[in-house]
Amino acid sequence: MVWAVPGLVFFLIFAIAPMAGIVYLSFTSWDGLNAPQFTALDNWSRFAGDSQIVQSTIVTAALLVGNIAVQAPISILLGVWSAGRQRNRAVLSAIFFLPLLLSTAATAIMWRQLLDPNFGVPSKLAVLLGSDTDPLGTQNGAIACLIIVTSWQFIPFHTLLYQGAARAIPPTLYQAASIDGAGRVRQFFHITLPQLRNTIITSTTFMVVGGLTAFDIVLLLTNGGPGTDTAILPFAMYQTAFRTYDYGYASAIATFLLLLATGTSLVLVKVSGYDKMTSTLEGL
Amino acid sequence: MRIRPNYVAGLAAVVWLLIIGVPLYALLNTALQPQSTYTDGGPVSLPSTVTFENFVTVVQSGFPLYLWNTFLVAVLTVAIVLILGIPISYAVVRGRGWLTRGVFRLFLLGLAIPSQAVIIPLFLVVNGLGLYDSLWGIVLPTAAFALPVSVLVLSGGMRDISVSLYEAMALDGAHPARILRELVIPLSRSSIATTCVFTALQAWNGFLFPLIMTQSDETKVVTLGLYNFVSEYEANVPALMAAVLMSAIPILVVYLFARRSLVMGLMGAGGK
Repeated sequence: MVWAVPGLVFFLIFAIAPMAGIVYLSFTSWDGLNAPQFTALDNWSRFAGDSQIVQSTIVTAALLVGNIAVQAPISILLGVWSAGRQRNRAVLSAIFFLPLLLSTAATAIMWRQLLDPNFGVPSKLAVLLGSDTDPLGTQNGAIACLIIVTSWQFIPFHTLLYQGAARAIPPTLYQAASIDGAGRVRQFFHITLPQLRNTIITSTTFMVVGGLTAFDIVLLLTNGGPGTDTAILPFAMYQTAFRTYDYGYASAIATFLLLLATGTSLVLVKVSGYDKMTSTLEGL
Repeated sequence: MRIRPNYVAGLAAVVWLLIIGVPLYALLNTALQPQSTYTDGGPVSLPSTVTFENFVTVVQSGFPLYLWNTFLVAVLTVAIVLILGIPISYAVVRGRGWLTRGVFRLFLLGLAIPSQAVIIPLFLVVNGLGLYDSLWGIVLPTAAFALPVSVLVLSGGMRDISVSLYEAMALDGAHPARILRELVIPLSRSSIATTCVFTALQAWNGFLFPLIMTQSDETKVVTLGLYNFVSEYEANVPALMAAVLMSAIPILVVYLFARRSLVMGLMGAGGK
């Protein structure tokens, strides 16, 4: 057990203690210069009546659901496809991997230019789309763009997870199914998908955590706009803390985000049985 | 077993190739154009004039230093995660009882802590340690938030080591440190590789910690450099695209020369 102590202390200082800190700060008023003033539930009563928070939560949820709905099916299909050992699949897979080499900041900046209404793709497609088409100009458009760009960047990663998992499926299962006359589609639904169960859970966990923490993409692609239409919770928190220096209220938003994330992860852990701590080799 | 070619999937793959390829082509194409032709032709035109002046602009604005800083952050973060994460995982896998389970649960929980949610107190911690505006101010929080995944991956790998091997070594009178060095580390090489790749990519991709924890030009990492570059060269799209490309060059080099380990490493993050 002593082996865990240094890492545990480190983790307590940099991750767990700040959690306690944020909960405490949510009960204070603080401008970052003077000492925090304890204001009891002031922030929270403001929080409860803040329409921006409601909107931020809805947008956060919309992005989360949209991202999973787009990324999961595509990456499962691509992953299974690229698990095949054919030469052309290997070559294409190597290209499909490329978006992963760009950081989120780089991806967002690249797409921002491509989507630019004056110089980007929309301006060249004016014949088709009509002039003055700004894909980021409306709330729905901006949300769609955020989902598309996030998917473009992260589908390669999830594809990779599924590719690895699909290769680990015992081929005898498929041979048995073929002998029984099961076609490709039936094999996919009755062998591949059930066998990918664990990876689906892992990959979805990554998407959920990533979705709740998507901040840089919003800052760089839409800057929360138009207006505050895409100010997801982390972004709203960042604005409140580091643009208007209202650290107390920002802490209340952060605490809410924390509860949301922890709640979601507890559900996922329960569903996945991660905490059972057993080797996957057991029973073989 | 004979393989029938799957035409539907093949067609879908070509469509996906376009979705991936066209933006990347636009990126490369724009970065190699002078600004004048970009304004006329737009991002996906055929290249007419090729120039490298955009890259010169990027280099002169300090990108080599930013890349070096990012490299340092990545290396230090990986080192800390391995030094702390391997012993934790060893303790979690070999330990028994409620305390061990508690430690493991704590890290599972940590998986879900959004770094944004704790950034304000974290800033106070870093500031209190006198690490504000230093690379360590980025490294330490990044390492702490990379630990949960690493512990999960590492302990997953170590759990697959057969118990009889541990017993055999213990019978020979080996103490835990020797078991760790001679049995556990060599046999969990693939999960260690996964941890390295995954942590390095996280450090590489990090944006929030550098944004909050650093300020001066000397400590700027490449993601932040890009962010500032945008406000400085807003109108010069080809230079922006050149900066985007340049920020990816180190990883591109790794990808070209060690594609297998990079891909295998990331794949391992999915567990089995």
